[in-house]
Amino acid sequence: MVLFIEQLLNGVQLGIFLFLVSAGLTLIFGIMGIINLAHGSLFMVGAFVAATATTASGSFVVGLIAGVAAAGVTGLAMEYFILRHLYHRDHLDQVLATFGIILFANEMVTIIWGRTPLFFNAPDILNGSIELVPGIIYPVYRLFIIAVGIAVAALLYGVITRTRVGMLVRAGATDREMVGALGVNISVLFMALFGFGAMLAGLAGAMAGPLISVEAGMGESQLILSFVVVVIGGMGSLRGAFIGAMLVGIVDTMGRAFIPDLLKLFLPIAEADGLGAGLSSMSIYMLMALVLVIKPSGLFPASSGSH
Amino acid sequence: MKRVTKLALAGSLLAGLTASGAVQAEPVKIGMITTLSTGAGYLGEDVRDGFLLAVKEEGGKLGGVEVEIMVEDDGRKPGIGKQLADRFLKQEKAEIITGVIFSNVSPVVAPLTLKAGAFYISPNSAPSTFAGAKCHEDYFAVAWQNDSLHESAGIYATDLGYKNAYILAPNYQAGKDSLAGFKRYFKGDIAGELYTKLGQTDYAAEIAKIRAAKPEMVFHFLPGGMGINFLKQYSQAGLIKEIPLVVSSVSMDSRILKAVGDIALGVRSSSHWTGDMDNAANKKFMAGFVETYGRTPTVFASQGYDTAKLIASALKATGGKVLADKDGFRAALKAANFDSVRGEFKFNTNNHPINQWFGRIVAKGPDGKPMNKTVKMVSNGLADAYASACPLK
Repeated sequence: MVLFIEQLLNGVQLGIFLFLVSAGLTLIFGIMGIINLAHGSLFMVGAFVAATATTASGSFVVGLIAGVAAAGVTGLAMEYFILRHLYHRDHLDQVLATFGIILFANEMVTIIWGRTPLFFNAPDILNGSIELVPGIIYPVYRLFIIAVGIAVAALLYGVITRTRVGMLVRAGATDREMVGALGVNISVLFMALFGFGAMLAGLAGAMAGPLISVEAGMGESQLILSFVVVVIGGMGSLRGAFIGAMLVGIVDTMGRAFIPDLLKLFLPIAEADGLGAGLSSMSIYMLMALVLVIKPSGLFPASSGSH
Repeated sequence: MKRVTKLALAGSLLAGLTASGAVQAEPVKIGMITTLSTGAGYLGEDVRDGFLLAVKEEGGKLGGVEVEIMVEDDGRKPGIGKQLADRFLKQEKAEIITGVIFSNVSPVVAPLTLKAGAFYISPNSAPSTFAGAKCHEDYFAVAWQNDSLHESAGIYATDLGYKNAYILAPNYQAGKDSLAGFKRYFKGDIAGELYTKLGQTDYAAEIAKIRAAKPEMVFHFLPGGMGINFLKQYSQAGLIKEIPLVVSSVSMDSRILKAVGDIALGVRSSSHWTGDMDNAANKKFMAGFVETYGRTPTVFASQGYDTAKLIASALKATGGKVLADKDGFRAALKAANFDSVRGEFKFNTNNHPINQWFGRIVAKGPDGKPMNKTVKMVSNGLADAYASACPLK
């Protein structure tokens, strides 16, 4: 039972982390209608710059801020020089261009930082674990990610539902052309939105640095998961991204934790190990397929006039 | 900065080749198919740089013979490996193919090379396929047979007195082989066995299971980025002091150490080579590598260097003839008459080395940074489990 609760907590933590990665993606996709495969590259930029700045300054907070800022600036540059010219083009053109950006970004990172993964550990105060309740020992850093993730979710919720900017964003998601016709400067709104989405990716990357290897190409595995989250949650919906991320995080963790053991109850051990590992790595895709069968546009679709 | 030194090296190599190429016959062509991109790109980079260091030492020659080294990236994909092998063998007429890192690429590249009548000399990947009944007289593995990496970790863990171990590896062939290899020589019980996704980033679920199982130690086969992910998270969970890690060298190389820093202190691993080995060839290699590339070599760099030195010894013996004197070149390779950075070097009947294996522990070096320190020899010559099935003598 204790193990079950601990694994559930692990699932929630992974979910919160996935929400951080996918929030920017779903905003950009749902509101601007841009498929940005290079979202993972922004994640990577955040992690690399945060690692470098943390090492140079000795302060994790400085590193976080630098990582977020760098991803934001990179995102703005990407929007200004490349994506801006593709808004009216086919999705396939956007996929091609942003895939090109992935290759470019990975190679650029290798040229600047080399192929050795960067050193980036959590500061001492966040390292180590605490006993939450007797029997459940949990890493402080993962609790920190949960706290930051919830804070970001609350902030986004407040901005989207309570502010004028949020209103424009919601309106843009519903009918982009009409918002433009009503006199809102769409290109500024889009650029700001893209920059903000990039900063969220950078934050996720910087936060992930102490947990995972900071290396070229680190964004791609996150990208696939965050697309699954966005598809499950419904494109353009932050609420959907949050619920979707939680579902993916919990299903993935619980699958890895318990499927092999369950199979061992009625299969020989060797087969249960292999099959269990296979099934648990498929679990989130099965979840996605299931959601798509029941609700083809995701759990909480933000209806858009352009789709 | 690193780029500049590399360019300078490439330039000097090229200059050396063309300058003397005018007076001598065609250089011996060596095709290197290796992995330079993806998260595992540093493996190929180190094999390449180790190999080229040996060429540079002789000013563009190996064993006094002009060589032309063609390096290409396979991206860890068998399909690309096949294309490159075709090009090197058919268009470029390469006489030797080397460089392959991964055991999903070598089963494609090695047969193509052997079919074309060229020599295949692996600096890294050595799956069981080519060590047993299907071994080949022109196939040589310089590093080890894959299984012995993990067998030696099993020997070391037994030697340390652990009574049970929790073991995990990615869910693919090399992962399964690694756990089988560890279990072949580990005399304790297996407290739990787990397969993870290849390229997995989050290990929270696995770490919780390990904590609940309360084993005496953990063995894993998570090379490169996966090992870094696991180690960071394992340390944050506070387990690294409680449940120690005993792994194989590829899961604790010097680049991983650099990326994780002090949290790796106390991690044990088994290896056939370590930077602190006390022999003349190794000292020359370490100094030369650091001077040329400005970084500490990994075990992969040592394997690339040894591969080049082995080829050099055979070229010297035949006076530069490879396919023109296949029997002579083959015999010279098998004799392995060169000074290996790992000290002693000899081939088993199946053209895979019988290595000495050493136990290491991560401790603070003279500069205060963590490094792998050799503790003791755990095997004075480990022959792989497949040699007896190989018909070669």
